[in-house]
Amino acid sequence: MKIPLVYNLRSIAHRPVSTAMTALGLALVVAVFVAMLALAGGFRATLARTGSPDNVVVLRRGATSEMESGVPRESARLIAADPRIASGADARPLVSPEVFVVINIPRAVGEGVNNVVARGVNDEAFAVRNIHLVAGRKFASGRSEIILGKKIVPRFAHTAIGDTLRFANRDWIVVGHFAAAGSALESEIWGENEQFMPVFRGEVFQSVIFRLRDPAAFDEVKRALEGDQRLQVQAQRESAFYAGQSTVLTRILTFLAIMITSVMAVGAVFGAVNTMYAAVSSRTPEIAVLLTLGFAPRSVLASFLSESVAIALLGGVAGGLLALPINGIVTSTTNWNSFSEVAFAFRVTPGLLVGGVIFAVVMGLVGGFFPAWRAARLQVVQALR
Amino acid sequence: MALVEVRNVHKSFQRDSQVIEVFENLTLDIAAGSFTALMGPSGSGKSTFLNLLAGLDRPTSGTITVAGAAVNTMSPSALAKWRARHIGFVFQSYNLLPVLTAAQNVELPLLLAPLSKKERAERVRIALGVVGLEDRMVHYPRQLSGGQEQRVAIARAIVSDPTLTLLDEPTGQLDKKSAQEVLTLLQRLNDEFHKTIIVVTHDAHAAEKAKQVLHLDKGVLAA
Amino acid sequence: MKLLPLVFANLRRHRLRTLLTTLGVALAMFLFASLRSVVTTLNAGAEVASAERMGVQNKMAIVFPLPMSYRERLAAVPGVVAVSWANWFGGQYGDGKVFFAQFAVDPESYLAMYPEVVVPPDQKEAFLHERTAALVGQGLMEVFGWKLGQDVTIRGTIFPGDWTFTIRAVYTPSVRAIDDRSFIFRYDYLDERTQHRVTPGWYALKLQDAALAPQVAHTIDAMFENSSAPTKTMTEKAFNQSFVTMWGNVQFLMNSIGMAVVFAILMVTANAMMMTARERTGEVAVLKTIGFTDRTLFGLVMAEAGLVTLTGAVLGLGGAKLLYAGTGFNGFGFLPGFDVTAGTVAVGLGITLLLAVASGAVPALRAYRLSIVQALRHVE
Repeated sequence: MKIPLVYNLRSIAHRPVSTAMTALGLALVVAVFVAMLALAGGFRATLARTGSPDNVVVLRRGATSEMESGVPRESARLIAADPRIASGADARPLVSPEVFVVINIPRAVGEGVNNVVARGVNDEAFAVRNIHLVAGRKFASGRSEIILGKKIVPRFAHTAIGDTLRFANRDWIVVGHFAAAGSALESEIWGENEQFMPVFRGEVFQSVIFRLRDPAAFDEVKRALEGDQRLQVQAQRESAFYAGQSTVLTRILTFLAIMITSVMAVGAVFGAVNTMYAAVSSRTPEIAVLLTLGFAPRSVLASFLSESVAIALLGGVAGGLLALPINGIVTSTTNWNSFSEVAFAFRVTPGLLVGGVIFAVVMGLVGGFFPAWRAARLQVVQALR
Repeated sequence: MALVEVRNVHKSFQRDSQVIEVFENLTLDIAAGSFTALMGPSGSGKSTFLNLLAGLDRPTSGTITVAGAAVNTMSPSALAKWRARHIGFVFQSYNLLPVLTAAQNVELPLLLAPLSKKERAERVRIALGVVGLEDRMVHYPRQLSGGQEQRVAIARAIVSDPTLTLLDEPTGQLDKKSAQEVLTLLQRLNDEFHKTIIVVTHDAHAAEKAKQVLHLDKGVLAA
Repeated sequence: MKLLPLVFANLRRHRLRTLLTTLGVALAMFLFASLRSVVTTLNAGAEVASAERMGVQNKMAIVFPLPMSYRERLAAVPGVVAVSWANWFGGQYGDGKVFFAQFAVDPESYLAMYPEVVVPPDQKEAFLHERTAALVGQGLMEVFGWKLGQDVTIRGTIFPGDWTFTIRAVYTPSVRAIDDRSFIFRYDYLDERTQHRVTPGWYALKLQDAALAPQVAHTIDAMFENSSAPTKTMTEKAFNQSFVTMWGNVQFLMNSIGMAVVFAILMVTANAMMMTARERTGEVAVLKTIGFTDRTLFGLVMAEAGLVTLTGAVLGLGGAKLLYAGTGFNGFGFLPGFDVTAGTVAVGLGITLLLAVASGAVPALRAYRLSIVQALRHVE
């Protein structure tokens, strides 16, 4: 025989303040849980989105990032000649030998400077990387012109079209803003590779990026390039390259999220235990009546557990709602592989929200168990006395 | 001058939209050293009368003077201090604090007086001695019988030697034997210690022990 | 004080509730102390920085080097009494999973400039006289189980190849905020193996007087303004701070979580206090009848809230302090000198006080305002 759920819902409604406080305690735990995982998820997603499995990044052998890498002009030419590279609309190979440097530019708000990636690319890079301009135009070949990723624009000074940014002893005119599907490239400054090369690191590219004609041919290309003794390079799928850059920070954030929320969860469960014990003890005569009427102790246990879970559900949903507004808020950290700032947005996914609610329900079950157990084991004679 | 002087007291309650008149014009004197039983059916205003005397409630109009103090005009905090000094109150359902022992319960009013720990312990011992529960000092209320609980409550009411002791249906929840014990105790307190006692009851047997019996019916007093 | 036994008796009424609430506060304050210590530890690096030391880096970014020729010109700037230089050496040891910092430094000027890096005299001599010698932090020695005199090989990423060093000296920092997991070797060895193609990554300066810092910075940056490598000169403190901000807005993140933690526990304690007070309505009326004033009853409830939260806070804050000090926790190397400061404990106690007031206020006011007649009507 099941005790109707309505009985529990009525008792929850009967003590609204206590219910609200318990649920809110659980809600805050869920909110922190969702928010921290949204932070980790947003960072990972930004870097994961940056790399395409169809693209290949070629670096100097042994280099762990573009910053440490160096690919001579001659090597870049040899790589570009590979027949497995896809061709663009004008039949030219989709390959971009790139200059990669990290520079300091002044922040928009407050004092100080931040490290930002300046990437020198060729015309093909736009097709290889799926870049499109959201304002202005591309930089013209042979000119001191740059375009900025759209996440840079609000965060730094002198980023409007027509403004001048000064670095590497030269003035660069901002001629366009670009988007890159929310990827880390949106935190970069782009200019022509031939313009960046002489002013930064001399006659050497840092990396060569190209689009595969057939993505399945990656292993073959990798073997060919890495086996070529003239080149001394290593090849990675672009997706794997960027995913690798996010693992450490993602792991730290996930670890923190779990540590912090588990400690918080214990506190919130204590709150639920208090509430449920109070609920049980104030309803002792009612429980005795139920038992006398012939309800099984198991039904009483289930009944009180479902009451606790109902409160937790309330908290879980409230927690999700509390965390929801942070979705899309842009923040930044440093990509320690390139020592450059990367901006990314919190990402509250439906999966995370469901996870938060499940988390709340688990807290409710744990917090409700012992009080429900006490209710089920109540001795009728004593309770009615 | 009488110890308690009630003059032209009018008391009404607002319950929902209805105004309930408890007393319309009550005048009464109670002398020091008396033992008064106040009888009447339920709803006759007996408890309200006690509450007014103890300063727990205020009359709508009229004056109440206890031992020269105008109870109806004192501020709440002055009333609290005054009660601590002058009033001992016993409830029908004992109302002992379950987390405190018998001795600790009796000690409560003394915590409000400037007494040393030793002095307090001595007075508690005496008070529990008077009610015959010296051997129950460290027992908690749930370890006592109803009669014992009520005797502890009486000890708590008299421990600070109040001017006036008020009891609201003190035997209402007790069996005959325990009730008898409590009544005998009240009689002794009046005879031996000259305590002024007012007891509200609807038990005629209880009223017999009192020196004077007043009947209250629908807010009107009759001797 | 006479009423304290009454407070304790009330706390014993629901032992489990009191225990769980206290532990809840303890957990919250433990978390608070941990989160805030992340921030204070990150900032400690900036705070212990010597005001007399400055760093000179390439204006473009720290990854760009500066010419060796700057050494003489920096030394000649008025107010500068010593110059040292160093280079970052990105390298990996073993499987590369444990990250640690490696620097090439000019041995003599480096050790003179950083007295906080304490090295036994005989080991110092050995480091100064052997080109391939390495000076390793005590913490790093323990991580890898290295012994003094051992050869270790590091795989260079910026400077490719296998680099073998002999550990000749071990340092222990005299200040907790200095990383004890650095691997330091000689700049002249780096210079030699790279066929003199490296130049310093940055210069460190020691000033005659900390007050000269802005002037010195201005002089230096103006001097190199139009050269091929313009400089950015800042105090050690500013340098360390810029490093902290690279993590992103850690402070904001930690503070937000801390707030959520405190609010969550406020819900738990306030709820417990309110349930407790509600169950005791009748008793409050009885005490008022006996002659306890409204103010005393307000105080009794507040004292109860205060005792619970304070006990929890002492457990939580003290526990965090002892735990982190006892285990030498350093955030897996990211947070050297992790410590729960006295400031954190003080702020924690302040929050506890607010917690006590916030959770006790409503039930205490309720007790204060309780009308005896109405309350007794429920009891009788």
